[in-house]
Amino acid sequence: MQDKKQLITIKGTREGLTLFIDESCSFSEAIKELHEKITKNKPKKEDPIVSVKIKLGNRYLQGDQDRQLNEIINEANGFQIDSIESEVIRKEDALKWKDDSKIKVINRIVRSGQELEVKGDLLLIGDVNPGGKVISTGNIYIMGNLFGIAHAGVEGDRNSCIVASYMKPTQLRIADYISRAPDYESEGVYMECGLVDREQNKIIIDRLQILLHKSKELSRFERRVQNG
Amino acid sequence: MGEAIVITSGKGGVGKTTTSANIGTALALMEKKVCLIDTDIGLRNLDVIMGLENRIIYDIVDVIEGRCKLKQALIKDKRFDYLSLLPAAQTSDKSAVTQEGMKKIIAELKQEYDYIIIDCPAGIEQGFQNAIAGADRAIVVTTPEKSSVRDADRIIGLLEKEEMEESPRLIINRIRNHMVKSGDMIDIDDIVQLLSIDLIGIVVDDEEVIKASNRGEPVALTPNTKASIAYRNIARRILGETVPLQPLENEKGMFQKMKKFFGIRA
Repeated sequence: MQDKKQLITIKGTREGLTLFIDESCSFSEAIKELHEKITKNKPKKEDPIVSVKIKLGNRYLQGDQDRQLNEIINEANGFQIDSIESEVIRKEDALKWKDDSKIKVINRIVRSGQELEVKGDLLLIGDVNPGGKVISTGNIYIMGNLFGIAHAGVEGDRNSCIVASYMKPTQLRIADYISRAPDYESEGVYMECGLVDREQNKIIIDRLQILLHKSKELSRFERRVQNG
Repeated sequence: MGEAIVITSGKGGVGKTTTSANIGTALALMEKKVCLIDTDIGLRNLDVIMGLENRIIYDIVDVIEGRCKLKQALIKDKRFDYLSLLPAAQTSDKSAVTQEGMKKIIAELKQEYDYIIIDCPAGIEQGFQNAIAGADRAIVVTTPEKSSVRDADRIIGLLEKEEMEESPRLIINRIRNHMVKSGDMIDIDDIVQLLSIDLIGIVVDDEEVIKASNRGEPVALTPNTKASIAYRNIARRILGETVPLQPLENEKGMFQKMKKFFGIRA
């Protein structure tokens, strides 16, 4: 009888089980073996629920393969999938991810009636005139005057911030928060940023220095600048 | 080969037609062959300001729809031969003019004239699209008012999408010096900074402009009023000369009279 290589390796850790699935065999074989192993080692009813991490190595799951994995693991009650990790992702996903986390540098004037919408962070070199609007899923940095509307974290990221060399906006929007300019005539501010203040539950405008306390964004920014 | 310049503003009532008439007249005074085109179909004014209303037989819609030749519709100015006017139709609506039709007319006029000045209607709809269709350059007119500057900004944004030879240039019209000084009117520098395009001229608010328009004689023909000098300077800048902006401060005379007119202490 031929010595069959183990396709599934199970390791127990303090957090639960980790399943390593061999990356070079066919998916159907792996599924078959996984099925056998799971039914053989079915936990007893009184055991607590065990969380399972699946590591796929360099295997990419296509179509409904992840659903099949889920079904087998969850079939045996007592197991719960914590995560499925793979070293590879699709090029399409990778490009989208890269796109979403990149800083877009744009050099133009956003005039009245114009909208500039980007994925990821926006670095605008130029003004946003009254009636103009800039939108991004991340942070907005404006090297110029912000007179119009800026909407950061448009997909719901409340940690986004809006920075401008000169700020006298019609409205600032961050995720689902909106603030508007006061009704009385006021002067704008130089080199300040707008961000959501959790305690007051609204958007505040403050000196750039307070961004240091929100080190997450800034380090993210620095890293990205270094990466080009 | 001539050059077509569209005069536009977005907002109505800022002085597009007056500016067109005066720039056209000033260019003609410098012995350039100029043709003015009124594209405000249904609300034509340029012929009235030029005092040529009674000479209209055919108009631009007649040309486009082939009822007459382009030459038949052109009206020679009564004062000099260098200036002609292609009037707008008063009875048709804006859909009678197409962008192709405009391009064709302008291409034909370019053969004969040095400058074709197109007076654009207010708004950003089809009339505006028609007016800018055949233009090589654009001049945006604004007044020192928030709403008019906002509309100018919008128009500049639209013009930048068109493929023109150079970015639009700016005329600030109807400046009242005493209001700028007292801070009640937006500063010229602020307007230029906001719109960030080249300034080609400033024109003070001058009662002579209204008087002249009502007489059917563009103010650029009068020798010494502030507005006429401003318009002639703009024409010289269009020709490529470097002319410094006139100081707003007037020693005495014209401006003093204006202050009196508005009831303000000197």
